[in-house]
Amino acid sequence: MIPYSFNYKRAGSVEEAVAMLAASPEGKLLAGGQTLIAAMKMRLANPSDLIDISGIKALNYIRATANAVHIGAATTHWEVASSTELAKAIPALAHTASVIGDPAVRHKGTLGGSVANNDPAADYPAAVLGLGATITTNRRAIAADDFFQGMFTTALEEGEIVTEVAFPIPQKAGYKKFGNPASRYAMAGVFVARFQDGSVRVAVTGAGSCVFRVPQMEAALAARFTPDAVADIAVSADGLNSDIHGSAEYRANLVTVMAKRAVAEAA
Amino acid sequence: MTVVSMTVNGKPVSLETEDRTLLVYFLREQMRLTGTHIGCDTTQCGACAVHVNGKVVKSCSVFAVQLEGAEVITIEGLADDGKLHPVQEAFRDNHGLQCGFCTPGMIMTAVDMIRRRGVMDRETIRHELEGNICRCTGYVNIVSAIEDASKRIAGKAEKAA
Repeated sequence: MIPYSFNYKRAGSVEEAVAMLAASPEGKLLAGGQTLIAAMKMRLANPSDLIDISGIKALNYIRATANAVHIGAATTHWEVASSTELAKAIPALAHTASVIGDPAVRHKGTLGGSVANNDPAADYPAAVLGLGATITTNRRAIAADDFFQGMFTTALEEGEIVTEVAFPIPQKAGYKKFGNPASRYAMAGVFVARFQDGSVRVAVTGAGSCVFRVPQMEAALAARFTPDAVADIAVSADGLNSDIHGSAEYRANLVTVMAKRAVAEAA
Repeated sequence: MTVVSMTVNGKPVSLETEDRTLLVYFLREQMRLTGTHIGCDTTQCGACAVHVNGKVVKSCSVFAVQLEGAEVITIEGLADDGKLHPVQEAFRDNHGLQCGFCTPGMIMTAVDMIRRRGVMDRETIRHELEGNICRCTGYVNIVSAIEDASKRIAGKAEKAA
């Protein structure tokens, strides 16, 4: 499959990318390209210009501080999954990156690309929302709770580029997804995290049109962080995805099952 | 059109290509390296897997112009002076193929996973093969071939050490 024609431009810095983007109103940023290039081949996307930010060295890093792990937007899933620093600080986040797509996709796909795209069944949004991360752009810092707004929709404005995501280090966290057997996208994926102050966050991907939190599970797990605590908590099937892969009721049930397993595996 | 320069199987190449040319078409049609196959063309089957700067990627999902200065290895570049790569040997010895269409991608993926993970159990190999589809469903021998190859490569490294 051949995409429509476009002009390729390589940005060496965020500033350069911002300028290139401003100069091409129909342009798009290219990070790992593992979603965008597929969409372009299907001719579902037709950018006039592709501004490649994957080679911006300043956006490729994993830095742990006492309370958070800062990851540059152009860091690949493979780099996140194989980081020994991250495996110590937030093993559940490294695990999340390790179950995205397949090895070849993980070598190209990036953290920034995944959160900016906000695919309803992507894995990273669950970790970003579940850990209460902060998304930094060339303009501002955005809390995860404000960032993910709907299917493929985020708080990002025109010309805004994700530069970093900072993940608070939890006491314990776990991620479990039931992957579609063909695509590996989450039919339902649940990220749970318990923090030093005893609070708990639960974020669900794949089941609805956008990643969402489950306050009832959060309250139950704050009282008692065990799989049993969420065993009897069901999310409503209203508004959940329903397609050839599974009904809304099936996905609602998966959310409870995956939540239990995520808690059981939390480390 | 853009002139893109990269190294393919150790040889420098510089070719003019459309910005929208995917690496797989660049390799197959401009360089006539047809060992890299097009299966699904939608990033799912892995028949087009090649190595870029030492890591396996799907060449149907990257544009050639992105690879300015990159080092690309295809299935044609694995053998060393007519001597098969240990993974190729293991695929032959274990009959790790049926029709052979997915084989180049399977082997490129296998070389990459062995480099990253060393000797693996069968479950790990199956997990690592998530991005490669064998339409003949000949996975049992493919997994055996990779298991065998990972041991051969580890054995060689031990001898060398």
